Amino acid sequence: MRFKAVIHTSLKKSVLDPQGQTTLHALGSMGFKEAKSLRIGKAFELALEAEDREKAESCIHAMCDKLLHNPVIEEYTFELQPLA
Amino acid sequence: MKAAVIVFPGSNCDTDCFHALRDTVKVAVEYVWHKERNLPKVDLVVIPGGFSYGDYLRTGAIARFSPVMESVTKHAGEGRAVIGICNGFQILLEAGLLPGAMLRNKTLEFICRHTWIRTEENLTIFTGKIEVGETLCIPIAHGEGNYYCDEETLKALHDNSQVVFRYASREGKLGDRFNPNGSLDHIAGIVNKKKNVLGMMPHPERASEELLGSSDGSKIWNSILSALG
Repeated sequence: MRFKAVIHTSLKKSVLDPQGQTTLHALGSMGFKEAKSLRIGKAFELALEAEDREKAESCIHAMCDKLLHNPVIEEYTFELQPLA
Repeated sequence: MKAAVIVFPGSNCDTDCFHALRDTVKVAVEYVWHKERNLPKVDLVVIPGGFSYGDYLRTGAIARFSPVMESVTKHAGEGRAVIGICNGFQILLEAGLLPGAMLRNKTLEFICRHTWIRTEENLTIFTGKIEVGETLCIPIAHGEGNYYCDEETLKALHDNSQVVFRYASREGKLGDRFNPNGSLDHIAGIVNKKKNVLGMMPHPERASEELLGSSDGSKIWNSILSALG
C-alpha cells in the first residue's frame, strides 16, 4: 500500500525557540495582539510504500529516530493517510 | 604526530586546518574524502568547519552518516584524538560522540568575529600547554552555535570536567554580554568523558599565526602536538 505521511518536528517545550520568539514579537509589533505563543518547526511530506498501516507507522518512527529528528532538542508527530 | 582532515561536500575550513597543521604546527597531514571507509594511520582526526551537505535538515545531521564516520567513531572509541571545529563540532554532536545539540544563535544572526574564550580544563590532550583560566582570542563564524543540553547532562559535563572552553571577557570574566550566541553556561567547547574527543565552535585554525591577527589557536595545536608527539 502507498501512504502519504506528514511529519512535524519542533523544538521541545523545554528548549528555547529564538526563531519562534522573534517571529511572535514581530507579529505583536504589527498589531496582531491575538498571537500569544509561537513555535517554529519543520514539516516533511513523505510518500511511502508499506504492507499495512502498522508497518508504515513503525517505519516512520524508525526514520524519525535515526535521522529526521534530534531527540536532544526536538519532538515529532505525524499524520498518515493511505493514498488511493 | 600524523593528522587527517576529513573533507565533506560543503566543508570550507579543510584547507585552513591543513595549512595550520602542515605549515605552522609542521606535522604530516592528509585530506580524507568523506566517502573513504578507512582512515589512514593517524593520531589526530580533524573534522573541519563549513556547511556539510548545505546544513540541510540540521547542521551535521547528514554528514554523520558519511561512510568515513564509522572509522572516525572507531578511532575515537580506541581513545585516539578527534577535534571537531564549528560544523565539525555539530557533526560530533549529531553522531553522538559528544553530548548535547546546537540551537540557532540567540540573536538569529550568523556571527563572524573574534571572541575570547576561557580555558577551563588543561588535563586534556588539547589544552595541556594552556593555563586554566587563560583566555584565548579565537574567531567564531556560525549561525548555530548556541549549545544546549538538559540539566542532567550539564551537571555530568561539569562533574567530569568536560567543559573545556567558555566564552568570556578578555580578562576571563563570564557574563551574557561576552556570550555571542546564547550558549548554555557560556559553553564554547567540550570533550567527551574519555577526554579524547574535543568539539569547539571557535576556529583555532584561523588564529594560528600572527599574520591572521591572533596566534592563540596554535596553543591548542601545540598542546596536541606535545601530547601526541
